Amino acid sequence: MTQRATAGPAKGWEYVIGLEVHTELKTRSKLFCGCPNAFGEEPNTSICPVCLGLPGSLPVMNAQAVDFAIRVGLALNATVQRSQFHRKNYFYPDMPKDYQISQYDVPINANGYLELPSGRVIGIERAHLEEDTGKLVHRGGHGRIESAAYSLIDYNRSGVPLLEIVSAPDIRDPEEAKEYVTELRAILVAVGASDGRMEEGSLRVDANVSVRPIGEATFRTRVEIKNLNSLRSLVRALTFEGHRQVQLYENGEAMIQQTRFWDEERSLTGALRLKEEANDYRYFPEPDLPPVAPDVELIEERRTELPELPSARRGSIAMILPELSADLRETIIADACWPYFRSAVDAGITPARAAARCANELTALLPDIGVLAPERFVEVLAIEDRGDLGASQVKILLREAASDPTPVKELVTKLGFTARDEDAMKAMVEEVVIRFPDEWGRYLGGDEKVAGFLLGQVMRQHGRQISGAGARQALLALADEARSGAE
Amino acid sequence: MTKQIDQADVAHIAKLARLSLSDQELREYEDTLSRILEVIEVMNSGDLSAYPPMDHPLETVNLLRDDAVQQGLDREVVLGMAPSSEEDYFRVPRILGAP
Amino acid sequence: MNDEILDWGIAELHRRLEAREVSTVEVIDAYQEQIEIQEPEIGAFLTLDLDAARSTATAQDTRRSRGETLGRMAGVPVALKDNLCTTAFPTTAASRILEGWIPPYNATVVDRLADQDGIVLGKTNLDEFAMGSSTENSAYKITKNPYDLERVPGGSSGGSAAAVASRMALVGLGSDTGGSIRQPAALTGIVGFKPTYGRVSRYGLLAFASSLDQIGPLTASVEDAALVAECIMGHDPRDATSLQEASPLLLGALTEGVRGIRVGIVTNLVEIASPSIQAALLRAADALAQAGALISEISIDELAFGLAAYYVVAPAEASSNLARYDGVRYGLREPGATVEEMMIATRTKGFGPEVKRRIMLGTYALSAGYYDAFYVTAQRVRSLVRSAFDRAYESVDLLLTPTSPTTAFRIGERSADPVEMYRSDICTIPSNLSGDPALSVPAGADPDGLPIGVQLLGPPRSEQLLFRGAYAVEEGLR
Ligand SMILES: [Mg+2]
Ligand SMILES: [Zn+2]
Repeated sequence: MTQRATAGPAKGWEYVIGLEVHTELKTRSKLFCGCPNAFGEEPNTSICPVCLGLPGSLPVMNAQAVDFAIRVGLALNATVQRSQFHRKNYFYPDMPKDYQISQYDVPINANGYLELPSGRVIGIERAHLEEDTGKLVHRGGHGRIESAAYSLIDYNRSGVPLLEIVSAPDIRDPEEAKEYVTELRAILVAVGASDGRMEEGSLRVDANVSVRPIGEATFRTRVEIKNLNSLRSLVRALTFEGHRQVQLYENGEAMIQQTRFWDEERSLTGALRLKEEANDYRYFPEPDLPPVAPDVELIEERRTELPELPSARRGSIAMILPELSADLRETIIADACWPYFRSAVDAGITPARAAARCANELTALLPDIGVLAPERFVEVLAIEDRGDLGASQVKILLREAASDPTPVKELVTKLGFTARDEDAMKAMVEEVVIRFPDEWGRYLGGDEKVAGFLLGQVMRQHGRQISGAGARQALLALADEARSGAE
Repeated sequence: MTKQIDQADVAHIAKLARLSLSDQELREYEDTLSRILEVIEVMNSGDLSAYPPMDHPLETVNLLRDDAVQQGLDREVVLGMAPSSEEDYFRVPRILGAP
Repeated sequence: MNDEILDWGIAELHRRLEAREVSTVEVIDAYQEQIEIQEPEIGAFLTLDLDAARSTATAQDTRRSRGETLGRMAGVPVALKDNLCTTAFPTTAASRILEGWIPPYNATVVDRLADQDGIVLGKTNLDEFAMGSSTENSAYKITKNPYDLERVPGGSSGGSAAAVASRMALVGLGSDTGGSIRQPAALTGIVGFKPTYGRVSRYGLLAFASSLDQIGPLTASVEDAALVAECIMGHDPRDATSLQEASPLLLGALTEGVRGIRVGIVTNLVEIASPSIQAALLRAADALAQAGALISEISIDELAFGLAAYYVVAPAEASSNLARYDGVRYGLREPGATVEEMMIATRTKGFGPEVKRRIMLGTYALSAGYYDAFYVTAQRVRSLVRSAFDRAYESVDLLLTPTSPTTAFRIGERSADPVEMYRSDICTIPSNLSGDPALSVPAGADPDGLPIGVQLLGPPRSEQLLFRGAYAVEEGLR
């Protein structure tokens, strides 16, 4: 395991953190019924006898949810195994059957690991399938559960498939917890299992945290912080809780195992004021669902279909562009960029150019352009690599290639991007300079701001036929000539 | 192993099961549950280690359904069954005790 | 005429309807008349809708007159146990907690009967949530045995059994978790069949113990049971525990006989039965022998453990299945200041004493520290019972046992003592634990005129053989 400098909660102390990440799986329908797995529907409209737990209804497992679970398991280097569903029994009004169908001692995925960008390896104990609950809305008392007058329930979310991914207590500080969640999210998105939207609750984090003096091998009493639903909350809650625990120890006070919540507004964790009741979930095998036993062929098929995951992408980058900054690297390995970079490098484009175009032009373009096939991206870069087009022309061409399906070669002609001809360019600029003698004079006199105006006129005259950088080059050249002529 | 159930056990189970029992019921359930447990005790008279727990009479696996959306229930129907509703929601008393 | 109509089995009824000797409306009228006379005495139904039945009948007569071919249950008056979801009737499981609840969907079996043009007359009484062996645990009424109004009809499908036995319906559907179809069939002198686990979809059956529950028919004859079973069996994509294979054809197999079929009398279950039941069982065995079956005796001592295991597994599953009755989404709600207080008040008021007892027992068996000693041990006993049956079926094809150790007992006789009541099911429980098919067929009466039933058991998926055996007993004792 790579060593990493960690930041403890106080001098001489370290964090011990394990995370439980619940991710909603991106299926069309719910885990056990045909209701749509949709976000933002009108309350209580995506429900049926099954997800409402009506008497007599029975669950039937969604094959796609199993498939996603397998893909995530493989991406997390876990063992995918025959698994059994259990009932976790407890009464809560957002849970229609008053038990949750989950996996207990035999989860579908067990014993995996995840490698962080830092090189540290975090153990994954399990990644199991379970159903989500409905949503509570608290009325009165500022909408807080602890002070509400009553509550309302929307069961649309009830039965949405969740994958609960439980890490080993290997995480050593809040920033690393953030790194872990970020990496996990990237993997979930890469394999297509989740859309990774924390703000819509499709990724929810519970943290188990304790502290101990550095060098101590055993674990101390831990606290579970529920519902950390943004990376910012995660880091802040863990930091607060670490300090709180160290303080307790240093003051000689008792640490009790408990569940706490994070109050973002007040920036503190507080104990959940649930009634004192020892958890006794009375797990037993779910008699309504046969075990799920993915066959070896399916698992192997899914393994070969796995996309290149962030850690592998990082590995490739380290080989191709060892000097690339971590920021640029993370931008490029993101799902939005990676297929373009990969195709470009595979096609023999200069890696540094591919990286630059991905990180700069492409990321800027992607949000507002349509679909740009990686092959077209590669074609454009190949033209640039040959030195046929200037950088500004390339940017224009990229944008056009995304919105106009014309073959790239024809597009170049259509745009009038003939090969770079410095003389022709110079002639165009000269035309403008002659028409605006005053401005030209001011520019020659050192007023750089006029350059924009002059170049703008060139552009207006000749439009996309010329590259802005080329025109600037020509303007500079003309100015040099004029100055030297004047001397 | 004879585990005689006592009234404290009965009270604890009632709490887990969300039932409230009168003192008389507590006594009655203590008695009948103890007697039922005696019957159940018969199970432990033989050596069962050779018999693996059988969770279910069926030996099938992987009965899965396609990920297809199907028509559900109308909200009016569903909320019409509810003992209490408000706006488009089911309504319940507050979840935590009085502050 | 009416009396004659009530005598007809399904096949006879269909012949008469086809021949236009009787109309469907006349059939419903005959049953209505019988209900008007019998129901006040028997109390088999929780809800009845004869007007709806008559308009269905009218529609069927019209279709028939147009030359349409009707379904296999056309014109057949059906009584449904009130733990099967129906959109046309409230579904209460005879519990206060579901009083007046009308499900927004039909159980799969209800749809299948309707697809075959069965005509539902009403919903029948049962022990609350099917927990009982006498139908005394209903929150609404006590159903009487048509042979002796002082006695119980058995349970928990006592309402359906009493309705068929008193000819208020031609076909009843029940559910069987530990004998709840077979035992009342035996006590009311009719046929009751529990299919192999998974043969009939449980979708829409209010769950008692999910790994034990099966739906099945209660009818006057083996032939009628075979026809109804054919209509309701078969894979249902809404029940992940329903068998995916094609279900067996039963009706055509009935007359294949039992020549050469090996039948084992389970001596250790015969010994615990009353003398008149023992005698009846030997007559049934004789009838099988007359038909060419090879009779032997076999003792399966392991079955004695079944009762204990059942009283762990069934309550354990029930404690979880009945958690959803919490006052939040449907059914009864009692006021409470917090959700928890509301739930406790609702469940305390809504459930009867036997249901509470089983919830308590099941909660205990699953709770921390007791799970291994109770639940896991009980599941081992299931394995033991399974392998004991497997061993028996190496030497015989079918097993013959009493259905119940006694004939119908008096109302109130066992209700004070749950353990005594539980023992009523000792012969029927093992097939639920193993998931095997089982059938109770009438085999005469005791000196008081109370009906006796004998039970045929077979290995998983052996329904055809089971029906051939039952038909041979029925024919032989006729
Ligand atoms: Mg969970
Ligand atoms: Zn649904």
